[in-house]
This record gives sequence, structure tokens and C-alpha cells, in this order.
Amino acid sequence: MTQLTDLTLAEARDRLTKGEFTAVELTQAHLKVVEAKRSLNAFIVETPDLALDAAKASDARRQAGTNGSMDGLPIGIKDLFCTEGVQTTAASHILEGFKPPYESTVSGKLKAAGAISLGKLNLDEFAMGSSNQTSYFGAVENPWKKTSDPKAKLVPGGSSGGSAAAVAARMVMAATGTDTGGSIRQPAAFCGITGIKPTYGRCSRFGIVAFASSLDQAGPMARTVRDCAIMLGAMAGYDPKDSTSVNMAVPDFEKALTGDIRGLKVGIPKEYRPDGLSDEVAKVWDQGIEWLKAAGATPVEISLPHTKYALATYYIIAPAECSSNLARYDGLRYGLRVPGKTLDDMYKKTRAAGFGAEVRRRILIGTYVLSAGYYDAYYAKAQKVRRLIAEDFRKAFESVDVILTPTAPSAAFGQGEGSDDPVTMWLNDVFTIPTSMAGLPGLSLPAGLSADGLPLGLQLIGRPFDEETVFRVAGVMETAANFTAKPEGV
Amino acid sequence: MAYIIQGDTGDWEIVIGLEVHAQVISKAKLFSGAATEFGAEPNTQVSFIDAGFPGMLPVINEICVEQAVRTGLGLKAKINLTSVFARKNYFYADLPQGYQISQYDQPIVGEGELILDLPDGGTRTVGIERLHLEQDAGKSIHDMHPSKSFIDLNRSGVALMEIVSKPDLRSPEEAGLYLTKLRSILRYLETCDGNMQEGSMRCDANVSVRPVGSTELRTRCEIKNVNSIRFVQQAIEYEARRHIDVYESGGEIRQETRLFDSVKGETRSMRSKEHAHDYRYFPDPDLLPLVIRQDFVDGIKAGLPELPDDKKARFMAEYGLNAYDSGVLVAEKASAEFFETVAKGRDSKMACNWVMGDFFAALNATAKTIEDPPVSAANLGQMIDLIKDGTLSGRLAKDVFALMVETGKAPAVLVEERGLRQVTDTGAIEAAVDAVIAANADKVAQVKDGKTTLLGWFTGQVMKATQGKANPAMVNEMLSKKILG
Repeated sequence: MTQLTDLTLAEARDRLTKGEFTAVELTQAHLKVVEAKRSLNAFIVETPDLALDAAKASDARRQAGTNGSMDGLPIGIKDLFCTEGVQTTAASHILEGFKPPYESTVSGKLKAAGAISLGKLNLDEFAMGSSNQTSYFGAVENPWKKTSDPKAKLVPGGSSGGSAAAVAARMVMAATGTDTGGSIRQPAAFCGITGIKPTYGRCSRFGIVAFASSLDQAGPMARTVRDCAIMLGAMAGYDPKDSTSVNMAVPDFEKALTGDIRGLKVGIPKEYRPDGLSDEVAKVWDQGIEWLKAAGATPVEISLPHTKYALATYYIIAPAECSSNLARYDGLRYGLRVPGKTLDDMYKKTRAAGFGAEVRRRILIGTYVLSAGYYDAYYAKAQKVRRLIAEDFRKAFESVDVILTPTAPSAAFGQGEGSDDPVTMWLNDVFTIPTSMAGLPGLSLPAGLSADGLPLGLQLIGRPFDEETVFRVAGVMETAANFTAKPEGV
Repeated sequence: MAYIIQGDTGDWEIVIGLEVHAQVISKAKLFSGAATEFGAEPNTQVSFIDAGFPGMLPVINEICVEQAVRTGLGLKAKINLTSVFARKNYFYADLPQGYQISQYDQPIVGEGELILDLPDGGTRTVGIERLHLEQDAGKSIHDMHPSKSFIDLNRSGVALMEIVSKPDLRSPEEAGLYLTKLRSILRYLETCDGNMQEGSMRCDANVSVRPVGSTELRTRCEIKNVNSIRFVQQAIEYEARRHIDVYESGGEIRQETRLFDSVKGETRSMRSKEHAHDYRYFPDPDLLPLVIRQDFVDGIKAGLPELPDDKKARFMAEYGLNAYDSGVLVAEKASAEFFETVAKGRDSKMACNWVMGDFFAALNATAKTIEDPPVSAANLGQMIDLIKDGTLSGRLAKDVFALMVETGKAPAVLVEERGLRQVTDTGAIEAAVDAVIAANADKVAQVKDGKTTLLGWFTGQVMKATQGKANPAMVNEMLSKKILG
């Protein structure tokens, strides 16, 4: 029998239904891994007691026949989702000790579906980062190792690095992530798992600590396409408490996995093959195109001409919004307070002590681009470019059904690498940011290994609210890729 | 009524624009479900949204939108079907989010107008620049502890309408008339209670001066949060004089925000333009543009009450009142309704005189309100009926009215109880007249010699003898017939 921690969500769900094991057994098995893999630093807070209580309640529900779609399945919650009574920090010192008296809509929906949370997962501070090295609670280690240097600690990507590492290391079966510019997809690619950022508005943002409100979107991270489909079904849906959530029915995403993509047209954007793209990544991409062809789809070269401006545009809009969103962390009502002689003095001391370097950098950039005299040159112009980027995609989707690109320009890199140059770090999200700017669904799935034995991901981008086509194509690619590699020690 | 200030170098005029913050009447706040009632215990009407907790999101309250549109329509203003909420960013202890959600370049209401009712019965139209919706901040309390400040977030997130006038006002009096009229319209519309003491209507005044005849707009100063109409007028007067003194001594006015000190009666600098906040306005990404439909606007329009200007015109046409009286009567919806109840089916001039005269005097004297009046409109109307049918003379009516104020009883009851009915019985009046004539032969002679003004004295004596109940017209007639033949 496969180890309980090696099951997919779908398998565990079906076997729980058959009564082959209980939710308590499943939870206990995962809690053991959580303990064993603690050195990865994937969790900020572990909640084993709450998890076991919840598992018992789940088993009782199953007995009573009132179980939900994810009943008894152990997951992790990115520590950006507010969880009632459980510390929520956004991996920032400024929120250390904060226990929200309320639950985010998405984590609440998952709990209502019966999922068992094992705790709160590490991330880049306020979700700002691409390597999970900006967390106040320490960097997260990727469970994967380079074959050439198995001792070197690699980053799991970010910002949902704790989520990706925990799922890859079998600590949890799946985890919530959030994605602002690639924060689900890039860590999924780095850790050899699957993750989808759904269309902006598909999941409620209520109760998620805000980074950049017009971009932030929650999504599932799991080990298979089907698992992502199951979990997104439990997370998604209109929420009257979020004015930007969209009032649309949530389809049965699992049903979209028909395995049939004959006749579909797959866009291959020519601008996504920059000079510096690694050969390995290019090779995996070409391989992906071949798989789709073999399954009866047709690759079509498309142009997304404004892609080259996406990164620069993103680094105006996201910091602008973050500079305003993070103004509430002032030491007055919750979280860290460093006393000062005056109110301004208290603000300065609290925020200097509470925020890390990357967060401070982005607040400064955002404050600058919104300030009088610079607004038009930066923020207003960036919004115009953003519309052009979205328009590129809209036009492309007139002739294709889905778009295939690499997820990240490279495989996971070593901890400490590139952290002295923020701009190089930002380049990690060059393939994921345009999708975010356009609010489109984007899924990353593992497609192969680098020569050094590290996972490489491919990204599928869909039309607004057409996650179903994305899942359908991803399902076919997953079968073709047959990605069975696991990190060391799993 | 040009308002001119004489300076050493010549005559000056004032240019004033007013920004009024009017608290929207609504049960819940602009973006949260928390209650808005005034006077609750501190921090008892605060949702996590109002307190700026992590992950909290604003959701627009439709009632507040409706109230803003209703107010816009009351100001005959353009309603913008698409408007945008923006964040105004600044740090302060009573601003939990670190920004105020307001409307910046796309307000819900555009240009409109407001008509001033001048004391001479004339009118003057003042332009409205815009009206936008925004959140109120909380309240900082600095006098409860020697070194700490206390914060009450009950007000945080309450909906305000900021109503901005064009710089069309030219005197402290006009500023006062503007505020009075605006408050009247808001109360008619029931969109703001207009209570300046409780802070539900607050005013900032933008003041500049210029030589009479000039059309330039000179540097203005903004005087913040003045909490009564009288203080607004005082602040403007002081500020204008200050500007003139600065200019005439060769100085320049700096653009700045000033505070009015009502104890000293002066304004003083709060912050200069150099230290002004850079609010970094940008569209709030948590809120989509606010799009309303024309039929939503039309529905509100159809339900608008008759507003003061229309009512005033109708009072002049329907009741034959002059502009001044009409203006006074319609200033408050309740007094207009009171008057109409009294005037319905009666002599409207007489109704107007009684309401504007004895009734308003009684209102002041008893410190009662029009909603809980010292004399009900029905009783006052009945009293007028008693005058018309001859039961009461004007003089008796004054007495009866005073008793009505004192006892709250109906006039007919008082007439019966106290025997205050006017005497129209010729025999009784004649007896009294004869008695007075008989007792004052010397004065009769004087009247006969041509001193007819003494007739009034005779009337008074007869009225006194009848305890004021004799019909004065009958007394006069009988006296002149009997003395002058």
C-alpha cells in the first residue's frame, strides 16, 4: 500500500469514502512528516491539536454522511490568510502575535468543505519576494536538491514558498497559495508541484492580508492537476464581502478533465523566448508543445507585444498599492508597537522595526510613484500599459484557446543567490506577471527535470473564467509528462 | 448688498468658497455594517473594516449612494452615473486604514446650484462645484490623560457628503445664508440632520480678498472645521481683514490651512502649503467604479419632496405671501407644514401673521420646537376661526393665545371656561357706553369741540368696563354716534 502521505487528494478522498482509513489516521501520518521535515521551515505555526480535533469531527461527519468535498484531507494554509484564533503574520514581525478574531472567506470555505488545516505556512514577508527569503520567520528550504551539490540549500520560490515546499515534501496534501505576480506558479515550478492562480475575482480576497489588491488572488497548490481542480472548487465563489469577487457560478472543475484536447489551438507567444532563456527551460517548453500536438491540439504562434513592459509596469502598480495597503500597520491597534516620543516617532520606530528590507523598499517605491508630480509619469502610465497588456491577451484569445509558456526562466536557485540584487530577483516572475496584469488564470505544472535534477514547470494561461480549459489541457500534459520524480527523502 | 471692506489703499471685496461635510443619514456606515448613531459609548460601533484590520475589505452601502444622489438632485446638480472611489493617503492615529476612501477626480455629483434668500426678499444663485462621498475618520481625544491620546472609532467610516461651492460668495452674511439654505435643503431631503453642534455638518471656508473691481482670484487660505454658522462668519471676517492688512503692508498671503479659535475670535496657521500632505490619491483597487443606472436616479427624483425654493414660490402664489415671509416659513419643513395646516381653508395672511408673530414669539419664549410646539397648528387654526366668526376680537384672541400657550387647551374650551366670548349684544354695549359717557362729561365736551382723538380713550374705557370682551368695532361706532351725533 502506498504511504498515506503519498496519496493524491483525489485518491485519499475516495479511500476515505471507502473507509480504508480514517481522517485521524491520515492527519496523524501527515503530522509526523510535518515534524520530521521541520528543518525546511515550511510552517510558521503548526496546529496539530486543532488538526486532530478537526479530523475527529470529520470522521464523525463521514459516519453521519454529512461530509463535504474535501472532508478529512490535511492541508496547509499560507500565513497570509487570516484564521480565527490562530496567529496570522504575513511572515512579518509587525504582525507577530496577531490572532485574527475572524476567518478569511477562502480558508473558511475550505474548512466548511471539511479540509483539515495542519497550520500556517511560511511565505515571503507580505508575499513580497520570489524565493521565500524575506520572511521574518526565516527562509524556507526547497526539499529538492541539486544532484551536483546535494548539500546546497535551494529556495522553494516565492512568495508561497512554504506552501510549495510543504506540498512537495508530503507534509500536507495540498495548500492554499496566493499569487500577485507569480507567487503560486513560480514556487510550484521550483518545487515540482502544480498550482493555479485562478481568474482575478474567482476567489474572495476577504480576510487575506492585502499586498496589491488589484492583483492578489488565492489559488490551490497540490501535487496533481485533479487535486488543484478539486481544491479550487472548494475555494472559489462569489463573496458579497469582496466587491471585486465576481458573481458567477463555480463550475465542476474536476469534470473538465476529459483528457480530450483534440482541435484546441494552443498559443505559443514568440516574445517569451528571450535571449537569456536557459536551454533547459526552452527544451521543456518545446517538449510541451510536442505533447500537445501528439494529443491532437494545434500550436499557433502568437504575439504579445507589450509583454516586455509587464515587469516594469508591475513594479509600479504592485508597490503603489502595497504602500497604501500596508499603511494600516501603524502600531496602534494590533501587532508590533515600538513606543516613541510622539505619534510620528512611534510610527517611524514601529514600521522600521516591523518591516523587512524588501517590504520597506516596495513601500518607498510605491509612495514615490504615487506622489504629486510623479503620478502621471508612473502610476497613470503603468495603468495604461496594463490595459495594453490585457488587450494583447484578448486579441490572442481570438485565435487560440489556451497559451503555453515556461513558468520561470530557471530552476530553483541556491539560498543567498541573487538576493543582493532585487532586480535580478524580480526577473523570476517575468513569465507569470503578464498573466497577473491581465487577471487571467494561469497554471503551472511540473514538466521535467533540469540536468541537475531539479523540476521545471510549464505555464498554461486561459481566457478569463475559463479555468476549465486550462485544467483540461493541463490534465493532458500531466499524463504526457508523467512526472514521477520526488524530492530527496520523500 | 455689496460687502466692501475699506482699507488704507482702497476698497476690498471678499471671495469665499465653502466646503461642507454633511454626515449622511443612514443606519450603517459607508463601507461597513456598523451603526452610526450619535452619542454611543466610545468604540462600540466599530467593525473590523472601520478599525483597519488585516484583510478587511470595503463594500459600498447602497443607501448612502441613494442619499448622495438625492442631495445632488436637490441641488439641481448633474448626477454622474459612473464615479470612482479613491484613496487619500495620510497617517493619523484616528485614521485606522492609513487612508480615507473618498472620491477625487470622478465624484458622484457634478455642478449644481443653490439659491440664497436675501433679507430684502431678493435671491442670488451660488454655484455648486461638486458633491462627493467619503468616509469620516475617528476622533482623537487629547484631554483625558496628561500624556496619552484616546481614540474613538465610532465615527470612523461614517458616510459624509463633501459639498463644495464655487467661489461665488462675497460676504460673511452670504456665507451664513448659504449654510442656512444648504442645511434647509438637506433637512427637507432627510439626507443630513444638519446639526453643527454634534458635528454632523461641518464647514471649511476658503477665503481670499481682492480690490473691488478686480476679477483675479488671489491666494486663498482654508479655515478648517468651524462648527457654527456664526463662527464661520466671524472667521471669514477676521481672515479677510488679515489678508487686507498683509497686502496693504506690502506682504504676501501664503496658501495655508488655518484653524479658527472661537474663544479669541481669530484664525491661526495650522500648516503651510510646504508642509501640506501629499495625499497620493489613486483609485481604490478594493472597489470597482461605482456605476448607477439612470432609472435608479429617476426613481429617486420621482420621490423628491417639494423643496424650499418651490415651496416658497408656491406660498407666494397660493397664499399671497411676500417673499420674505415665505422664505422664513419654508426655511424649516416643519414650520412650512405648520403654517399650511393653520392656513388651510382660512385667511392666509392672518394665518401668516399669527404664525410669524405670536406663535414664533411663543416658540422662542418657551424654548420649544416646531415638532413639539407650544400651540398646535389645529388649535391656532381654530382660534383664527373664532376671530373670523366674531367670537373673539383681535384683542381677546391675544389673551386666548397666551392661555393656549399656558394651558395647552383648545381655544373653544378656553372661551367657554373663562367666558372670553366677545360681547356683540347691542344692549350690553350701549349700557357700558352710556355709563362711560355719563361719568366723563368734561371729556365728552372736548370731543365735541373737535378733539376727536379722545374717542380712542373712550373706547379703552368701555373695553376696560367690559373686561375686553366688547366688540371694539361696535363700541367705536356707538361712541361716535352718541357723542358726535
